[in-house]
Amino acid sequence: MGRWKSGRVVSTREETPSGRSIVLDVPGWGGNIAGQHVDVRLTAEDGYTATRSYSIASADGSDRIELAVDRLPDGEVSPFLVDVLAVGDELEVRGPLGGWFVWKPEQTEPVQLIAGGSGIVPIVAMIRAHAAAGSRARFELLYSVRTPSDVFFASELEGLTTTYGRTTVYTREVPTGWPVLPGRVTREVLAEHTIPASERPSVFVCGPTGFVEAIADWLVELGHDPARVKTERFGGT
Amino acid sequence: MTHVDGNVLAGTLSEIFEQDMTTAAGECAGCGHTAELAVALVYLSGAGTVVRCSTCGDVLFTIIDVDGHPRINLSGVALLRMP
Amino acid sequence: MAGFTRGFSGRQREESPELPPGQFLTHDFPVLSAGPTPRVDLDEWEFSINTETGEKHSWDWAALQALAIDDVSTDIHCVTRWSKLGTSWRGVSLDTLFAEVETSYDYTMAHSYGGYTTNVPLDDLLDGKAWIAFEFDGEPLDPEHGGPARLLIPHLYFWKSAKWIRSIEMTADDDPGFWEQNGYHIYGDPWQEQRYW
Repeated sequence: MGRWKSGRVVSTREETPSGRSIVLDVPGWGGNIAGQHVDVRLTAEDGYTATRSYSIASADGSDRIELAVDRLPDGEVSPFLVDVLAVGDELEVRGPLGGWFVWKPEQTEPVQLIAGGSGIVPIVAMIRAHAAAGSRARFELLYSVRTPSDVFFASELEGLTTTYGRTTVYTREVPTGWPVLPGRVTREVLAEHTIPASERPSVFVCGPTGFVEAIADWLVELGHDPARVKTERFGGT
Repeated sequence: MTHVDGNVLAGTLSEIFEQDMTTAAGECAGCGHTAELAVALVYLSGAGTVVRCSTCGDVLFTIIDVDGHPRINLSGVALLRMP
Repeated sequence: MAGFTRGFSGRQREESPELPPGQFLTHDFPVLSAGPTPRVDLDEWEFSINTETGEKHSWDWAALQALAIDDVSTDIHCVTRWSKLGTSWRGVSLDTLFAEVETSYDYTMAHSYGGYTTNVPLDDLLDGKAWIAFEFDGEPLDPEHGGPARLLIPHLYFWKSAKWIRSIEMTADDDPGFWEQNGYHIYGDPWQEQRYW
C-alpha cells in the first residue's frame, strides 16, 4: 500500500473539453474498492517531484485502473496528465488508498450520491460496482455540472440508468429543451431530489470544497445524521 | 486557503504506518472529540501538512518533509485507535 | 521504469545568482496557510506590543494609518523554495511602533488572528528590517496573503512574516512558534539555508 508501483498508460479518452480518462496497467495492483483513490508521482529530469491524489473511476479486481482528470488552469500536474501523457508512458502510483469514502456491494441500505464537477469520478466507481454486483440497494445520484459537454462518462452514466436514479443540475448551460434554467444546487433542489433523511441513506458527497461544504451543511439541516454523510473535498492544485 | 478531507492523507500516512490510517479514530487533545482521520480538516500549506479537528479547529498533528524524511508532531492527538 | 516521467518538467524552476541557495524564482504569489483564513473587520482590528511588565501599546486601524508609512521594495524567500524578487509593499516600520516600548527582553513572539505564532529575535524587527505591511503591489493586502495586515521580515524565510498579525509579545527566551515547534528552524536565515532543525 505504501510502496510506489509503476503504472503504464494503456489508453486515454477525451471526456470533456478540459478532461480525459486515463487507463493504467499497474502490475501487482490487485483491485480496489469503489471510492478509493491513488497517489500519482511525477519526476522531472532534474529530480523534482510532484505528487497528487486522484480518485479511481474503476472498481474491479484487476490490475487496471481508470482515472479521470480535469485540467486546472494553473495546475502543475493536471495539465500534464490531460495534455502530455501518452499511451505507453510510465508513471509512479501508490495505492489503493483510503478505506472511508467507499461503497461495498455487501451494503444494502439506500445510497444517495452527490457529485460536483469532476467529483463524479469516485461516484462513477460506486455506480459501476453497484451495477456489476447486481446490487438491489437503492442508488440515487445528484450530479451538478457546468454544461452538458462537461459530463464525465456521459454515455456510460446514461446506459446504467436502469440500475440507479439520476438528477442532473446544470449550473451554466442546459441541454436544448431542458425544462429549467441553469442554476446551482440549492437547499430546495437537494430536499426535492435526494433520498429523505427518514430513509436513513448513506450519503457520499464529492466535489470542490465550497460545493461539499454547502451540501454537507444542508444535509444536516435536512435531518441527515452527520455520521452517515461522507465527504471528499478536493482543493485546487 | 481551503481545506480538504483527511482522506487525502491516506498515501502519506500509509508510508509511515504501513496501513490505512484514514479509518483510525483520533481523539482531539483540545476538545476531546473523537473522529476518523478521514473527516479531519487538512491544510496542504506547502511548508507542511496541518491537520485540524473538525469540531474545534485545533491542530491535531502536522507533517513536514525534511529531505524525504517525514517529521510528525502528534501533540494534538490525545489517543489514536488503530482500525 | 526510467527515473523520470517523460515530458514532465513541473513549474518553471529558474535559478539565479541573486537567490539564496536552493531557491527558485517564481512570478506568482503562492498562498500557504496552516489554517482557515481569518476575516478581520477593520473596525475591530487592533495591533499591540505587549511587554514583560504587562504594559500594552496598541493601535487601531486609524492609529496605524496615521503613523509614518514606508514604501518597501524587497525580495522574499519562502522555505518551500520559491523566491520572488522586487516585491513592493507599504507599511509601518517596527522601529516606529517600538519607539515608546521599554523592555529588557531580547526575543518576541508574533501572534496572529487565527492562532498562528512565530518567534523572532527583537534585533531582527528593528533597524529598518521589519514592517507591519498592509499594501502589496499598490493594493490593500488580500486576506489570503495576510490582510488586513501582516508582519514583513524579508531577510528571514517567509513563514516568519506572520499573516493576520495581531500582537507581538516580548519574551525572555527564544521559544519556538508554530512551524518552529513542528520542525522548522528556530531562526530561518535563507542565506544560511536554515530550513529545519
